[in-house]
Order: sequence, then structure tokens, then C-alpha cells
Amino acid sequence: MAEAQPIVPPLVIPQEREGSRPFVQVLHDWIVTVDHKRLGIMYFSYGILALVIGGIEASIMRAQLAVANNNLVSPEVFNQLFTMHGTTMIFFAAMPIVFGIANYLTPLMIGARDMAFPRLNAWGFWMTAFGGIILYFSFVGGFGLYGAGSAPDVGWFAYAPLTSPAFSVGHSTDYWTIGLLISGFGSIATGLNIMTTVLCMRGPGMKLNRMPMLVWLNSVMAFLILVAIGPLTAAQLMLLIDRFLGGHFFDTQAGGSAVIWMHFFWIFGHPEVYILVLPAFGILSEVIPVFSRKPIFGYNIMVAATVAIGFISLSVWAHHMFTVGMTSYANAFFVASTSAIAVPTGIKIFNWVGTMWGGKITFTTAMLFSVAAVAQMLIAGLTGIMLAAAPFDWQLGNSYFVIAHFHYVILGVIVFGVFSAAYYWYPKVTGRMMSETLGKWHFWLFLIGFHMTFDFMHIPGLLGMPRRIYTYEASRGWQTWNTIVSIGVIFQALAVLIWVFNATKSYFRGKIAGSDPWDAWTLEWSTSSPPPDYNFAELPVVRSRRPLWDLKHPEDPDWKYE
Amino acid sequence: MAASTMAVPQADVPLSANLKGKVGMWCLITAESSIFLIFVVAYLYYAGKSISGPTPAQVLDIPYFASICLFASSGTIMLAEKALHRGNVKRFGLFWFLTLALGVIFLFKTGAEWYRLIYHEGLTISTNLFGTTYYSLVGLHAFHVTVGAIGLTTILLFTLFGAVKQEHAERISVFGMYWHFVDAIWVVVLSVVYFITR
Ligand SMILES: [Cu+2]
Repeated sequence: MAEAQPIVPPLVIPQEREGSRPFVQVLHDWIVTVDHKRLGIMYFSYGILALVIGGIEASIMRAQLAVANNNLVSPEVFNQLFTMHGTTMIFFAAMPIVFGIANYLTPLMIGARDMAFPRLNAWGFWMTAFGGIILYFSFVGGFGLYGAGSAPDVGWFAYAPLTSPAFSVGHSTDYWTIGLLISGFGSIATGLNIMTTVLCMRGPGMKLNRMPMLVWLNSVMAFLILVAIGPLTAAQLMLLIDRFLGGHFFDTQAGGSAVIWMHFFWIFGHPEVYILVLPAFGILSEVIPVFSRKPIFGYNIMVAATVAIGFISLSVWAHHMFTVGMTSYANAFFVASTSAIAVPTGIKIFNWVGTMWGGKITFTTAMLFSVAAVAQMLIAGLTGIMLAAAPFDWQLGNSYFVIAHFHYVILGVIVFGVFSAAYYWYPKVTGRMMSETLGKWHFWLFLIGFHMTFDFMHIPGLLGMPRRIYTYEASRGWQTWNTIVSIGVIFQALAVLIWVFNATKSYFRGKIAGSDPWDAWTLEWSTSSPPPDYNFAELPVVRSRRPLWDLKHPEDPDWKYE
Repeated sequence: MAASTMAVPQADVPLSANLKGKVGMWCLITAESSIFLIFVVAYLYYAGKSISGPTPAQVLDIPYFASICLFASSGTIMLAEKALHRGNVKRFGLFWFLTLALGVIFLFKTGAEWYRLIYHEGLTISTNLFGTTYYSLVGLHAFHVTVGAIGLTTILLFTLFGAVKQEHAERISVFGMYWHFVDAIWVVVLSVVYFITR
């Protein structure tokens, strides 16, 4: 058949500039939209807004902890701050951001017109948005109008019996519960949608083993959403039954168990980490090959490792509970399973390095963020293996060492991955390039700030500083480390401001990108930037894992070798 | 040009898009199963741990009739689907109505059981751990039956107004999957609550 296919020029349809229409009409179009690209942008923007709010909460906590014996905020407010920070970041920043990326890119990468269920997609977004609004309404509604300014203060994993009506008076905990419950429904809808889209909507020739890595990782993420959000939903329903109907699920006075809440929460909580980090792994697996000018090293192994992580991550939850005290058999099982998950994760790191090895690397901002994320994943993984050993965890569980470890994953890998994605796909979404100069400023400032904060945070943990304390004595010897940790926040905040400025400025003034500015290989770069409503005017038949390479190099296509 | 782009070997065509309803329903069933799993685990974990009465052995009667009705409804909905596949809308409507009726009987029997437990045996959701876990597990299932019954009623109304035709058979069978799932869950709830722990 046609071996020498010309690259299909993107169909040019004169699109109305948004500015030329009345604002109300534009707003209306966005609110009623069921288009996966618009919903992707809405998810992403919503997540960034939450990221900024959660970041402000973190900054206040760091200001409070910067010096010993500080009383910038009261202990009560501090409890609310760490609860809202954790809940906001996990459920309303990280999840919407990765959902946004999945929503925008999945159909484009597999050659589909839209997600499988566009209206369900919109429903999912609005449920998530509504859940966040309910959570933040607790500031006003938690104690009725007389206690304005109250918010949930039970920690983001809300251990029983702290959440019982006796210890959590008022309704702040109920806003927390209901907010997460509702956003959970939205998440399940999104997981269902991604899964169905990947299974049923692929374009001609897009076999499962030709899908881009990001799509693979997103489908494993979708699977984890389907099996892991349910336990959280169930636990929240039980908590509501306890609090409103006088049930006894977590009521130790009536024979209930506080520990079973921990089990239920972490059965959700650990896979949740992988729900967030797998999409970041997917981003790295797209960005690193393109800027190394090499196809991904060990595609099959990479997919197998992803699926392995998906399954193993369902059997490790109680490593969050070593300090609670379990039987030695339970300890041994969860130590073994947690250590086992390091194997597929290690394979991934090996494969990213293998992709870069001998490649022609260009260090664009996107690539810098991805490379840093790989290195940081290694360190986060190593402290993870340390904490997986139960005796070590007995010493350092619930200390700042743990906080440093999981922020290394969440910031060092997930947020770095998201920034990488933001630079890499910005031209596709807006049609314009972001400034590389400002991008490099963003990267280096964020990198310095990140390492100041989270490298040094391990040390007070090793010195015995527990998490969730609102202040400490000067004689403990933690102050110098805490001051350095807090100063790092300033760098990170500055970097994020530069990024927001860069994104805004580039939207109006950036260089026109064209359809394929990075000379990339996946399908989304074959359509115009931004893509038209219908995504593809004409779908190239996919015959390998790099369909655009085949189109650009008809003399040496990939499908000859795969 | 267009011909060369569109000529796809049959093996390269992915899972057909008209299966997406079924795949989506399987995903929903997976998510729902994980919710039920946690409630079942809680029920089993707390079995016999109540520190006051009444106990399951004292108050629970095995709901044979209600269970038979619910299981039979899985059969009638299959017959209804088959009829619609063949284009026999009348027969479809008849069996669809039967399914709804059996579902409603199940709900009515559950309600009667709860009435007896609350007013005659003095067991409420806050009485003891057994009450808490019993009403929440059985109630979660009954809630799903209720949602199913609302769906059945909606489709029955559409059928009565003549809006359901043979071409809707695929979509109707997606709904049928949900109803089968609700029945399958009852197998688990029935054995856990009325046989294993009683
Ligand atoms: Cu974990």
C-alpha cells in the first residue's frame, strides 16, 4: 500500500477568536461543554487553583515551624492547616491535574474523536469541583455561623476515634467526609471513562501494544481508580452512619474498631499514591524519548512493570500501620510486598536511563523536569525501601522522615512530571510556545527550593521530630534544619509564580508553535495546535508505536522492525 | 489517498465502539463490587462482636420468598432481553413488567422485615454492632435494588409509550447487566448475613 504517505497537512478551519464573542457566551460554552479537551483544561486549571491554595496552607505551616517556640498560628489552626493541605493536595490538586492530562491526551493519542462517554466526563468534573467547594465551605459552615473560620482538623487520613461525634463536634468533619465522597463519585466516573475509551475507542491500527506509554499508564491508573476509590467511599459511608445515625463501626465503646478504619483508609490510600504517580511515570515516558531522539527502551518490560505495580500496590497498604502494632505475620507480609514493589519501579528507572543512554539529548525545560523527576524517584524509592522495613519504620514512622519521603514522591516526581507535561504539551493546547528562558528560571529555582525543603526535612525526622506538631522547643536541635526547610518554600513559590506568568504571557505573545514543534512521534502532534473540535481531519493508519515517525521517514519506518 | 488511509486489515480494528456500553458497565460493576466488598468485610469482621443483644440467631429469619423473587427476576429480564433482540416488543414489555414486579416484591419484603426488626425485636442501626452492620449492608443492597427499580420503571414507561424498539436491544442489555449484578450481590449478602454468620 502507500508506503510514501505524505504528512497530512492539518485541515485549516477559520476558528473564531474567543475574544470576539461576548463574555457570557464564552462562559456558557465552557460550562456546558462535554468536549474532552475543554474538560481537560478545566480539570487542569481547577487542580492548579487547588495547588496554589494548598501551597499557601503549606507556606503558613512552614512559617510557623521556621523557628522554635513560634506562635504565628494557634495549635487549632495548625491542625486545620495540615488537614486542609493534605486533603486539598491529594484530592483537589493532584487528582484533577492528572485527570486533566489524561482527559486531554488520551483521545488524541489513540486517534479518537472524544472520550467514550463525553457527558459522563462533564459530570465527573463537576462532581469533583462540587466536592472541593463543599470541603472549603466548611470554613464557613463547620460550626454554623457562630464559629466562622472552622475547618476539618482530623488529619487527611482522619483516624478514628478522632472523627467520632464526641471528639469532633460541629460539622467540619462532615464537610470533609461528604466532600471526599462526592469527588470520589467523580473520580470513579473518570476512571470508568478512561478505561472504556482505551478499550473501545482506539483508531485504526492502534493495537494495545502500539499505544503510547502515557495511555498505558493512564489505563492502569483507571483500573486502580475502579478498585481503590470504592473502599474510601465505603469507609466514608460508614463514618457518616456513625456520625449521623448513631452507628458503631468505629466506636470502640460498643465493640467497634478504630484500627479497621485505618485498614479501610489505607486500602484506598496506598493505591491512591499510584493513581497519582503512574500518570507522572507516563509523562516521563513520553518526554524522555522525544528529547533523547530514541524510542523508549524496553516498551514491553515497561508495560509489564506498570501492570505489576498496579497489582502489587493493592497488597501493601498496611505498611502505613507498622507503628500501630500488628502480628509478626502481618508485618512480614507487608514488608515483603512493599519491598517487592521496588522491583518494577526500579525497572522503570532503569528503562528511562536506558532511553537516554547514547541518545542525542536536548535539555529543553520539559526534559529538565523529566530528568530531575527520574533522579528524585530514585531517592524517594530508596527512602521508601528504608521505611518498608518494619523495625526502621517503628523508629521513624510518623516522623518528618516520612513526610520528607512522600513529599519526595509527590513533589519530586508527580509535580515535576506535571511541570514537564505543562511545558511539553503547552504548544499543543494553546498553539504557542512557552518562553524557554523563563522556563529555565522556573526549573532551577524550583529545583533549588525543592531540595532545600525536602532534602533537609529528612534530618529533623531522623532527630526525632514527629509530624503534626505545631511548635517545638529550641533545645531539641531541630531549629536550623527547619529554618532551611522553610526558606526553600520561598524559592518554590517564586518558581511557580514565574511559571504562571510564563504561561499567561506566552498565551498572548508566545511564538506560534505549529502542529509538531518538538518533532515528536505520537498521534496528538499530527493534528493542528490547538486541535480542532473534531480532533483529526484524517487519521493516519497506525502501523507502529511511533506513527508520526513512520509518516516522516517513509524510507525507514518503525513497523519494519517491531 | 483516502482509500489507502482507510484500508485497514480486519485484525487491526480495535474493540468495536458499540461495545462501550458493556465495557463501561463492567467498570461500574468493578467499582461497586469494591464498595460492597468493604461492607461485607466489615460485616464478617464484626460478626459476634456486639456487646449487647439482640443477636442474629435471635431475630433473623431467612428471606426465602424474597430471595426467590429476586433471583427469578434475573431470569425474566433475560427473557425480556431475548424478546427485544427478536423484535417482539410486546413480549419484552410483559417480561420487563414481571422483572419490575419481582424487584418491588423483594423491596416490599425487605421493608416488612425491617419493620418487624425495628418495632418488634427492637433492633435499630444504633442498637449494637450487629444492627449497624446489618442495616448498612442490607440497606446498601436494597438501595441498589431501588435504583434498579427506578431504571426498570423508566424503561417500562418508555415501552408503554412505544419508544423502545428492536434497535435499543444493546442498550437494554447494558441495563440488564446492572440488574444481574444486583442479584449476584444478593447471593453474597444472603449467604454472609443469613447463613455464614447467623
Ligand atoms: Cu503506601
